[in-house]
Amino acid sequence: MSRATLGWIVLGWIGFVLLPWYGFDSAASPTIGDYFFTGSGLVEGLRGAWWLLPILIPLLLALRPAIGAPRDSMALWLVAAGIVGLALITLQGFTIGLNGWTMDGLKAFSDPGPKQAGMGFGAALTATAFLIILCHGLAAHGWCRGDAFVTSSIGVVIALIAVFVFFPVSTILASAFADNAGNFAPGEFVAKFLDRSIWGLDCVYSDLRCGVAWNTLFLGLAVGVGTTALGLAFALIATRTSFRFKKVLRLMSVLPIITPPFVIGLALILMFGRSGAVSNVLWEWFGVPRSRWIYGFPGIFIAQLLAFTPIAFLVLIGVVQGISPTLEEASQTLRAKSWVTFWTVTLPLMRPGLANAFLLGFVESLADFGNPLVLGGNYEVLSTKIFFAVVGAQQDQGRAAVLSLVLLAFTLGAFWLQHAWLGKKVYTTVTGKGDAGIPLPLPRRVAMASYLTAIPWAVFTLVIYIMIVVGAFVKSMGRDYTPTLEHFLTAFRIERTDFGLYFSGSAWNSFWATVKVAALSAPLTAAIGLLTAYLLTRQRFSGQRAFEFGTLLSFAIPGTVVGVSYILAFNVPPIEITGTGFILVMCFVFRNMPVGVRSGIATLSQIDKSLDEASLTLGAGSATTMRRVVLPLLRPAIVASLVYSFVRAMTAVSAVIFLVTAEYNMATTYIVGRVEAGEFGLAIAYSTALIVVMLLAIVAIQFAVGERRLGRRSATANATPMAVQAAP
Amino acid sequence: MKLRKNLVAATMLAGAVTALSFMSAGAAQAQGALVMYCGVQEEWCRAMVNAFERETGIKVSMTRKSAGEVFAQVKAEAANPRADIWWGGTGDPHMQAAEEGLTEEYKSPKMAELQDWAVRQWEQSKGRTVGIYSGALGFGYNTDLVKSKGIKEPKCWADLLDVKLKDEVQVADPNSSGTAYTLLASIVQIMGEDKGFDYLKALHKNVNQYTKSGAAPAKAMALGETTVGIAFMHDIVTMVVDKAPIKVVAPCEGTGYEIGSMSLIKGAKNLDNAKKFYDWALTPAAQKLGAEAKSYQVPSNKATPIPPEAPKMSEIKLINFDFGKYGSSAERKRLLSKWDAEVKNLPK
Repeated sequence: MSRATLGWIVLGWIGFVLLPWYGFDSAASPTIGDYFFTGSGLVEGLRGAWWLLPILIPLLLALRPAIGAPRDSMALWLVAAGIVGLALITLQGFTIGLNGWTMDGLKAFSDPGPKQAGMGFGAALTATAFLIILCHGLAAHGWCRGDAFVTSSIGVVIALIAVFVFFPVSTILASAFADNAGNFAPGEFVAKFLDRSIWGLDCVYSDLRCGVAWNTLFLGLAVGVGTTALGLAFALIATRTSFRFKKVLRLMSVLPIITPPFVIGLALILMFGRSGAVSNVLWEWFGVPRSRWIYGFPGIFIAQLLAFTPIAFLVLIGVVQGISPTLEEASQTLRAKSWVTFWTVTLPLMRPGLANAFLLGFVESLADFGNPLVLGGNYEVLSTKIFFAVVGAQQDQGRAAVLSLVLLAFTLGAFWLQHAWLGKKVYTTVTGKGDAGIPLPLPRRVAMASYLTAIPWAVFTLVIYIMIVVGAFVKSMGRDYTPTLEHFLTAFRIERTDFGLYFSGSAWNSFWATVKVAALSAPLTAAIGLLTAYLLTRQRFSGQRAFEFGTLLSFAIPGTVVGVSYILAFNVPPIEITGTGFILVMCFVFRNMPVGVRSGIATLSQIDKSLDEASLTLGAGSATTMRRVVLPLLRPAIVASLVYSFVRAMTAVSAVIFLVTAEYNMATTYIVGRVEAGEFGLAIAYSTALIVVMLLAIVAIQFAVGERRLGRRSATANATPMAVQAAP
Repeated sequence: MKLRKNLVAATMLAGAVTALSFMSAGAAQAQGALVMYCGVQEEWCRAMVNAFERETGIKVSMTRKSAGEVFAQVKAEAANPRADIWWGGTGDPHMQAAEEGLTEEYKSPKMAELQDWAVRQWEQSKGRTVGIYSGALGFGYNTDLVKSKGIKEPKCWADLLDVKLKDEVQVADPNSSGTAYTLLASIVQIMGEDKGFDYLKALHKNVNQYTKSGAAPAKAMALGETTVGIAFMHDIVTMVVDKAPIKVVAPCEGTGYEIGSMSLIKGAKNLDNAKKFYDWALTPAAQKLGAEAKSYQVPSNKATPIPPEAPKMSEIKLINFDFGKYGSSAERKRLLSKWDAEVKNLPK
């Protein structure tokens, strides 16, 4: 038996005997004594919590192989201990609640029955130990070529997804099949699902509005195509041309992703709204009548393109960089014109990247909440409709769940289509063979097309951001352009007092909480996301597709639904974490993990498996291979997922509205409050401050992770240093 | 080798466990002696918290959300309530919470000092919620735009049907906003259900956008994005005080109003402190904080001075709004689906 297995068995015992089994009552302040022994599962069990005592059995089972057993039976003992242990913890956790039995059937034995609080550190540690023991047992049994690291990783990721995605999401989706009182009512589900407001097609043959499902789908497709095209244009310019302002271009393409919600929408209104700056000019100079065209599809579409192009860019740049020039050179040697080479070699090799970029753009558009809220006009989409089904005058959670199911179906459908399109082709271009080829310059047509799309767009982005910065420094955007620092002073005033600096600005509280939560969730998201991507591309195990589906699920579900489902699931034992910062971190980790997974998969599918195999053949374990070979090659994906999750944690709105507390108030909820109160200046000033923080964070992440070196020469020798520095 | 590979997994888990401990330890200290969900604007919430803390020494943990969001959260947390008191926000969700038994009955010794409408709210909810302020529904118009378009200044609900105002009126969607539902219920009560719906259908031709949030039309008016906006008059006044070119109108046919309310959460962990806050929030000293925070609703304690900027309730023709009937979820559902079917999907 390996020392690691033994270590986990010891940890399991520590969790049960030493650490507090239950979480602390929020009112009491725990002493050191409470942390050790006195509140442990064993002591609680002996004191009357009899349902904890059976957990000793699997702990003893796990000890059996430690005192010496043949390899075969050792595996069996470990598996048995793990399964029994997890089953016992889950069973007691879900049947005994705060106010007695949780199932009515059990109340027949005793009413109200035993009571218990939510799990604490001890329970968490012991449960984790059982899980790992089980995985080690399975590895010893021969699963995944006996690689305990792989089985443990799969086990941990599955357990995390089960707890933080499936469990909450199934709680709320169950309400799709219930009436408002909570009774099972399938008839009501059918009626709600087939509603005309969802599926109506009136806009095809009359001037009435179409159903919200079609609106959403149409918008998502348009945004997916648009962001992929723009992202590709940026990625090609950044990697394959000698364009002089690459750095600026890159910065501009990343700006929108770090912009808090509402700000882009607001800036668009101030430019193109009926009294907006551009509309004014058009009216006074050219006599173009002012109109409200921005409210509705055009507004949401532009705002979402601005917001989500960077994601496509971040995914595609890794892919474009990874394409080996050798294949392109081979094509040219065979006398293909550069255009033909691009069309038949380069572009097809980008397929995984294009498909992933499209998928992300599509799904992001479906889940976006801030832009449709500000610019939607009468164009309704599912995400806002779901939000108002929960918090609006109807207060109909069942309807929200039904609409969420529709949204979920769209997302999973897109995922399925992507799989079908990519098929079983191979896209490997990063191999162990040295390829000293020079990436081809772009064919002129493609270069022109890229410049023509990317540059006007970059200029447009720049103008929007100038508006935003100006908005932060003037009294009242759109009405009174007197310069002022008043907004920053309100939000971020620091006073010097006798006790030192006192942060008296109204935004400090939410600012620190946001930075803390974002900084914690980003590395966790990247780690779990990339580990999952590694498992999905490099390992083969049964149920892999279902596993992949699961990782996408939380991304596909609208934030509002996730928020409410987290409260429903985590406000009561066994896992009672509402009101803590931890629930915010977990919510972000599992909402943003799919981006890590997608960009990891896109990058990994280009890297030849023989590199891993070479490392394995030379005697390295899979963990070492991952650390020394895979991770360095994955740098673009690491940057993408770190940046994305950090930024998302700072800018997400709809999911956190229900999870914030007085202690952990998030910047975005503060900003939403300011927007609601009509204080656009303060909202924009705060957003500007957040943008600066996020920029600093991105630079720090780039610096810390570093650049991937593929051993290739660059097409433009003199532009090399800059290109290397600027690449993520 | 084997050890190292497991070290990676161990480190990862250790990281997660550390994060857990870090976070929950913070939460243990975070719990104040009173947890409050606040349904009005941030400044007002903040002022209430500061004043109450100064007065009683009780530490308040306040979270600000819109009334609908608070209701959704209180309902989701019903199995293990986190909040003690829900202060502020329009009355409908408070009534609904009372109807669903999410809030606690309480009779404050201050009841005698309150305006009739506040007491009536308390009686209709069987003691589960009480009025703390009220505000009348009305509309406003952007004076610059009205002048440049040469439109007659609207004074009544009927004036909003003027053909010159086509695509110039903004109001929220009653499905998402309590403000717009108040409009729907008020029009039905003023004109009768059939005539009221005829009015709303005619108004539909002039509506450029049904916004999500009730106060959004007031902001759109201030920015000149719409000529007329229907909203609570105090929300429009906030824009006027901010020097927007807007005039507030109390419609001549009469109008409905909201009663901002306060409820004790059932199963509150700090019930005694919550009651202290409840009593204190009904005193004139607490209620005058609203005007100081630029919120111009009419307070419910008779002795509280009414802010000079506030729309004068005496000059507004208020209807006898039946909160019992129009606040019930059955009636609301019926009216909303009727509005959806007959008004919202009409061609322009």
